[in-house]
Amino acid sequence: MQNFTQAFALAFDLMLSADADLLEIIGLSLRVSLMAMAISTLIGLPIGAAIGMSRFRGRGVSIILLNALMGLPPVVVGLGVYLLLSRAGPMGWMGLLYTPTAMIIAQSILITPIIAALSRQVIEDLHNEYAEQFRSLCVSPRTAIAALLWDARYGLLTVALAGFGRAVAEVGAVIIVGGNIEHLTRVMTTAIALETSKGDLALALALGIVLLSIALLVNAAVMGLRMTATRFSYA
Amino acid sequence: MHRNSVMNAGIAAAVTVITMSAPALAADSIIVQSTTSTQNSGLYKHLLPAFKKKTGIQVHVVAVGTGQAIRNAQNCDGDVLLVHAKPSEEKFVKAGYGVKRFDLMYNDFIIVGPPADPAKVGGMKDAAVALKKIATAKALFASRGDNSGTHKKEVRLWNAASVDPKSASGKWYREMGSGMGATLNASVGMGAYAMTDRATWISFKNKGDYKIQVQGDANLFNQYGVILVNPKKCPTVKQAVGQKFIDWLVSKEGQKVIGDYKLGGKQLFFPNANEGQS
Repeated sequence: MQNFTQAFALAFDLMLSADADLLEIIGLSLRVSLMAMAISTLIGLPIGAAIGMSRFRGRGVSIILLNALMGLPPVVVGLGVYLLLSRAGPMGWMGLLYTPTAMIIAQSILITPIIAALSRQVIEDLHNEYAEQFRSLCVSPRTAIAALLWDARYGLLTVALAGFGRAVAEVGAVIIVGGNIEHLTRVMTTAIALETSKGDLALALALGIVLLSIALLVNAAVMGLRMTATRFSYA
Repeated sequence: MHRNSVMNAGIAAAVTVITMSAPALAADSIIVQSTTSTQNSGLYKHLLPAFKKKTGIQVHVVAVGTGQAIRNAQNCDGDVLLVHAKPSEEKFVKAGYGVKRFDLMYNDFIIVGPPADPAKVGGMKDAAVALKKIATAKALFASRGDNSGTHKKEVRLWNAASVDPKSASGKWYREMGSGMGATLNASVGMGAYAMTDRATWISFKNKGDYKIQVQGDANLFNQYGVILVNPKKCPTVKQAVGQKFIDWLVSKEGQKVIGDYKLGGKQLFFPNANEGQS
């Protein structure tokens, strides 16, 4: 129990002191995971929307596959990306291993299926609701897509946040492809893993609390944005 | 049109990602594949600023188990290898992956355990005999089980004790498959004995009521070595900068900095680069 009280006090101290090293780690965590979220949304959303709106042979299989890929183990993704980016691997010449770019690539691979699978469901549900209207109004596919994406925007925002949450919380992939190098590739989760391995459980837990607070802030910011947008749309 | 703008945004994002992280490794810097004990004990935080001050070279440390560090170095994902498993290091050099191995420093392994000491090994010196007693008592023992330097050493000691702990794997012999810190955390959590290097133990903060039970055996000697990854195998190796780091580590100055590192008044690593090279 002592560790818990100690951790909360420490977390509070850490956030108040705004220690430069800590800020650097938080900044990198946000940069890597937000970038991974952006890339995954750019790739996953169109895939999800396409599958959600269309009927084709093998659709059922691709949905099952997509849903299963949501369970990709981060360590496996990390290993795969390591083998690709390693100097001995096919993409080794790019020299990307142990850089933030490698971490962004790994997290993007990890969360693209999540974003694709969830947005597929969101779009499909809405499409079923709108299908009759689209048909009766003879709406072109392009307009239909635009309408669906716009009307599903809040649902899709939550989908993107789910992707961000998964990315910012995972440690298995980034510790392999990033290497947890101080001042270069150390992020919140790898710092937590490091402090745990040093036996400094209170500090590790405190960093976990800080990470949670950041996730809270990001989600609150998105909620704030959404509320502002809603207000404008009614004004 | 819609699709075009999405694609453009995608390309722009990709380009931004690539360019913003590229310069990070461009400066005078090297990657050292190393072990967790040297990082967790805080040695690098003491050592690297001194080296940077002198040379301006930034050293990036990837701290993993010795087995993984060697594998990463064989894949050319590092310029220098700094680990502690002499037979594996010599094999690494012999196979042409490394240029030359230098002795760097040493400390020793210890066996820690709960104060109740169920196998009654407290105060013993002979590690093999102590392990035999632990096996006979079927007392819990947490092994790294990760092919690290510490794990390799432990396996050699079991061999010396002519015990095959693997046959009790999952019973009293627990193969953690984790780093030193995680293994110690688990040992303290389940009341198991564990073998650790002294530097990690001294700096470890979750000791609970654990005590050093076995120490002082010559067989528990823990030698660290440093090797430049061979540019003939790995053309990307920063040969000059990497060699500069090694030269400094084994120089009088580097050796003094290593010896000066203390935690709670205790010296963690003992430099021995100049006592006969191999």
